[in-house]
Amino acid sequence: MAATSLPGTGLLKGLGVTIKHLFREPSTQMYPHERPDLAPRTRGVIALMDENCTVCMLCSRECPDWCIYIESHKETVPPAKEGGRARTRNVLDRFAIDFSLCMYCGICVEVCPFDALWWSPEFEYAEYSIDGLLHEMGRLREWMDTVPPPPQLDEGAELPAEVADAIGKVEQERELAAAKEAEAQQAAEAPAEGGGEKAAAGAAPKQAEIHVEAGQIDQETYDALIAEGKSERMARAKAKAAWVKKEKARLRAEQEAERGGAGGGDAAEQPAAAAGDAGDGDAADTGEAADAGAAPAKRRLSDVEVEGDGEIDQETYDALIAEGKSERIARSKAKAAWVKKKKQEQLDQEEGG
Amino acid sequence: MMESASVTAEVIVAQAVSIFDVGDGFVLPVLIKLVFVLALFFVLPLVGGYLEHKAMGRMQARRGPVEAGPFGSLQLVADGIKFIQKEDLIPRAADKWVFAIAPGVALVPAMLIFLVLPFGPGVFALDLELGLFYALAASSVSVLGVLMGGWASANKFSLIAGLRAGAQLIAYELPLILAAIAVAVQAGTLSLVGIVEAQANFLIPGTEINLWFVFPQILGFGIFFVAALAELSRPPFDMPIGDSELVFGYMTEYTGIKYAMYMLTEYAGMISMSALTVVLYLGGWQLLPGVPLPGCEAGGGLFDCSPVGVISGVLITIGKIMALVFVMVWFRVAFPRLREDQLQRISWLVLIPLSLLNLAVITVAKVVF
Repeated sequence: MAATSLPGTGLLKGLGVTIKHLFREPSTQMYPHERPDLAPRTRGVIALMDENCTVCMLCSRECPDWCIYIESHKETVPPAKEGGRARTRNVLDRFAIDFSLCMYCGICVEVCPFDALWWSPEFEYAEYSIDGLLHEMGRLREWMDTVPPPPQLDEGAELPAEVADAIGKVEQERELAAAKEAEAQQAAEAPAEGGGEKAAAGAAPKQAEIHVEAGQIDQETYDALIAEGKSERMARAKAKAAWVKKEKARLRAEQEAERGGAGGGDAAEQPAAAAGDAGDGDAADTGEAADAGAAPAKRRLSDVEVEGDGEIDQETYDALIAEGKSERIARSKAKAAWVKKKKQEQLDQEEGG
Repeated sequence: MMESASVTAEVIVAQAVSIFDVGDGFVLPVLIKLVFVLALFFVLPLVGGYLEHKAMGRMQARRGPVEAGPFGSLQLVADGIKFIQKEDLIPRAADKWVFAIAPGVALVPAMLIFLVLPFGPGVFALDLELGLFYALAASSVSVLGVLMGGWASANKFSLIAGLRAGAQLIAYELPLILAAIAVAVQAGTLSLVGIVEAQANFLIPGTEINLWFVFPQILGFGIFFVAALAELSRPPFDMPIGDSELVFGYMTEYTGIKYAMYMLTEYAGMISMSALTVVLYLGGWQLLPGVPLPGCEAGGGLFDCSPVGVISGVLITIGKIMALVFVMVWFRVAFPRLREDQLQRISWLVLIPLSLLNLAVITVAKVVF
């Protein structure tokens, strides 16, 4: 290209580009006369939401310019419950940012764990004197009003934990209310229809509705686990979970029985279903304890635990060695094969018994 | 001895009559001419500077000055007032006297060129017979001020800039003068008014078509304009200022009114070099080749004009000057600064041989036709 083009064409092209711009509308924003067109989350100044500040001092310590000044005192808060312990709380007295030192890195905003510091798009805070750039809490709080609301979450994004919790609670309440209503309706309709599938379907409560406060342990599970040689801590935890499960199943059965009595429906079916639910309900709790409390499902190899002392499956070992594998690999594979065999044996035994 | 002196006096004495030569006295015309020259010197550079600010701004997607005066037209006046108010700093190690007078040494020759520049029919202070020689000689004195400033600042950047300016002057004075000589040869005179007149009366041999010198000497015109840019240290030949390399070149240590004087020198240089180009190549105050001015009788429609003719002549000249200033600004925006060695190479290996060729061709043509 460059080799074939006439000398000077590059110069003319350059002139062409600049002359084109002469007739274009300039991109200037006439700032003092009209508001500049800023990006919505422009980082103009740092605003303070002082209600959120816990005087943890993280911002002040992280600030590379050391331009954040915080003063506070401790206050004693009376106990929330009768007989509780009095707490101490930090009370913010002074929060100041020296914008003559600030380099607008935003580390303080990033580091604040309680969303007390925010970027505001406000930028018109020039002063005639450098002392005037040290802004106290009041001014920083005023800027809070100019902070735009947080951006929308992406579609399909997980809700923030606190929002999800709140929504969950509301939904629970609604469902409970709906269930009660249905119950009342059922009670009213029962004489006429003599119960039926509608009642059972409408009133079938979800497992989540039944709340059981964990506290006691299931002695049976605990003993079994201790006997198995598990640690005391693990046995206690699993036993606790087992108790909760059992308790839930029991409550549900009671509920069904009640409803069955009231509606005269197919109550006989319900406890079994409830027990089944309890069995494969919480994935997190799935374990021996849960299995013990529920109807046994089809067990898999992974459910069986076999501990070996390094026994190897001689057959596999010999075969691998014959294949020319190294001694180390053959030994480890043979070990795995042994464990697998043992597990299969145990499983067969259980199923047989 | 006496005779030769009187001959010399006759040679440099004014040729055409200026419209400012009123009355028989000596003082009044001189006063009027002084006012005229000073007014031109202080007004035209401001107009050129405003044009530069605005055109450069628009080419860079900006608006240029908008606040001072209507459409920002008084920006340079405001700048001047600001410069006067600024503290006049002189570096401790500086050569104080040289440092102080250097801006003046640069400024005064730039002012003196305006003495001979014809802006319209009779609108000039002096028409020297050696006008072209005088203008080029005066313009090259300005670099002395730059060298002095660069040396006296006691600053390495300034010193390098001053030396660069000296080297640049030596390199580009030659093509500039050689191109101008070709014009003088074709016109047969060194008087600037005479050159304008010669252009108005130049016909293509064997025809009745009138042409300005830019057409037969398009090569010379290009050489003269490029060399003028380099003489003025205008981008892309602004190595003596070179703000990305030399801070601000020879002006680094200057503040306030002295700095303003350097800036005024630069803008006045743009005006006077453009005016010289207009006079040498673009037919002076003629609107189009072969078109006489309204109300002008003599010399191909160029002289003995009515007031309308005088005013339109002046406006035409200034319009042409501003067009050339615009081109200088355009070049400044479009082209990056050359390297120092590229600058020297262009002059010695390209412009000087070409200008010699141009001169030879013009001389032969002049003799043949």
